[in-house]
Amino acid sequence: MMTTFKSFKFLIALAITLTAIPFNSLAKESNSEAEEQFNPTDMIMHHIGDAHGWHFLGSGDNSYTLPLPVILYTEDGVVSFMSSEFHHDIEGEVVVEKDGKRFVNYHETIYQLNASEEKLSFGEDHYPNNATAPTDLSVTKNVAAMFLTVIVMLIFFFSLARHHKKSDKAPKGLNNALEALVLFVRDDIAIPNIGKKKYMKFMPFLLTVFFFIWITNLLGLLPGAANVTGNISVTVALGLFTLILILINGNKDYWAHIFWMPGVPVPVKILLAPIELIGLFIKPIALMIRLFANITAGHIIILSLLGLIFILENVGVAGISVPFALFIMVLELLVAFLQAFIFTMLSALFIGVAVEEHEHH
Amino acid sequence: MDLIKPDFGLFVWQTVVTLILIFLLAKFAWRPILDSIKKREDSINDALDAAEKARLEMQNLKANNEKLLKEAREERDKMLKEARAIKERMINEASTEAELKASKMISAAQEAIAQEKQAALNEIKQQVAELSIEIAEKVVKKELNSQENHMQLVDNMLADVKLN
Repeated sequence: MMTTFKSFKFLIALAITLTAIPFNSLAKESNSEAEEQFNPTDMIMHHIGDAHGWHFLGSGDNSYTLPLPVILYTEDGVVSFMSSEFHHDIEGEVVVEKDGKRFVNYHETIYQLNASEEKLSFGEDHYPNNATAPTDLSVTKNVAAMFLTVIVMLIFFFSLARHHKKSDKAPKGLNNALEALVLFVRDDIAIPNIGKKKYMKFMPFLLTVFFFIWITNLLGLLPGAANVTGNISVTVALGLFTLILILINGNKDYWAHIFWMPGVPVPVKILLAPIELIGLFIKPIALMIRLFANITAGHIIILSLLGLIFILENVGVAGISVPFALFIMVLELLVAFLQAFIFTMLSALFIGVAVEEHEHH
Repeated sequence: MDLIKPDFGLFVWQTVVTLILIFLLAKFAWRPILDSIKKREDSINDALDAAEKARLEMQNLKANNEKLLKEAREERDKMLKEARAIKERMINEASTEAELKASKMISAAQEAIAQEKQAALNEIKQQVAELSIEIAEKVVKKELNSQENHMQLVDNMLADVKLN
């Protein structure tokens, strides 16, 4: 008790002392060069957004970046090359020529310059006006991170399956932990929401989605990692899976409850139908937005807290913002699990409602 | 804003990857895992049921044993009690018989004594009678001599009797 109190006091003292040292005095030499204004929005958007290369540290030509394949579906077929050919440029200045077509990377959107154009030019609305964006199927940072999750999941669960093929006894170590989670999904998510009779059909989807979201969330918390589940495209895809499962598996009762609610007067039936119909789509949309917003918000908070150090140009701020960021980070560990749980839980609930057998009333 | 604008490429990748992942895991991981867990749970339930049954059987067996033991104990008590009764009866019988025998012997003895006594008395009576006759004979013989001799003779006779 005493030591924690002492170390806490020490931390505050350290923070106050460091606050007294202006950031500039530590980096006086570099000040003589053209000072680059720190832009927190760019920094944060860069971290939470997708990219064509997986950037770890450094900047410009000195940066350590994992090059990833750029795959473009143009009017004349598929064109592909490595992202390193852009030389980390995202301002549309480096032109890559492939198969007689010229490409530039402008803020992580790949544009194909119109024929005979040499350089990207911008219209009055600040959008490129002499180029079009082809369909971009590149393996971006998020796709690569997604692959990483897939590999982790395949290793984990094939190992668990190997154990189960060999014996019916309880596994040990990591396999035991994984099995406990599989049982958690089955006993606390699938069976209570869908029911004992029909849950088995949806277990593959629920288990896959639960572990995919959770593992991706956790990997996303690592430094330099991608923000996959905090990307709306990813959550839209996941939410659509739930929607499609509802549409395919919804039974007669379910559709009756949407279009012709039993047990209420006709005018109310007519009033309820559009509301219920919208509700059918709102549910997965809520799923998409919840996951995306929660994960992205966590990343933004951590980045904002750390960004404070650079905005205030004061090392001492680190004494306060680092513990805060650490606290949020620990909270994010919880959120990572919570969001995976909620997504799976609500998916199971929606599916459960769609396949429920009604006692006729 | 880029943040909330879905990106087609990433969406396609996510869909494809998720589909493949669901397929692969469902076939090679989820089914075997869930089946094996189910099997294990069933076997655990069976084992628990069997244990419960065995426990009940044990309980029955124990109750049975106790009943048998109790019965055996009762039997033993009964036998002991009977044996004791028999013993007592035998002792009683023996002692009454002995008493009876003793009293018989006593009475027989008494009878014999009485008979002997009677016989002795009879003999004495007979001797007394013979003596009396002898005396009377002698007295009659001597009477002729004198009165004095007669008296003397009687006295002598009596003295003889006394000696007998």
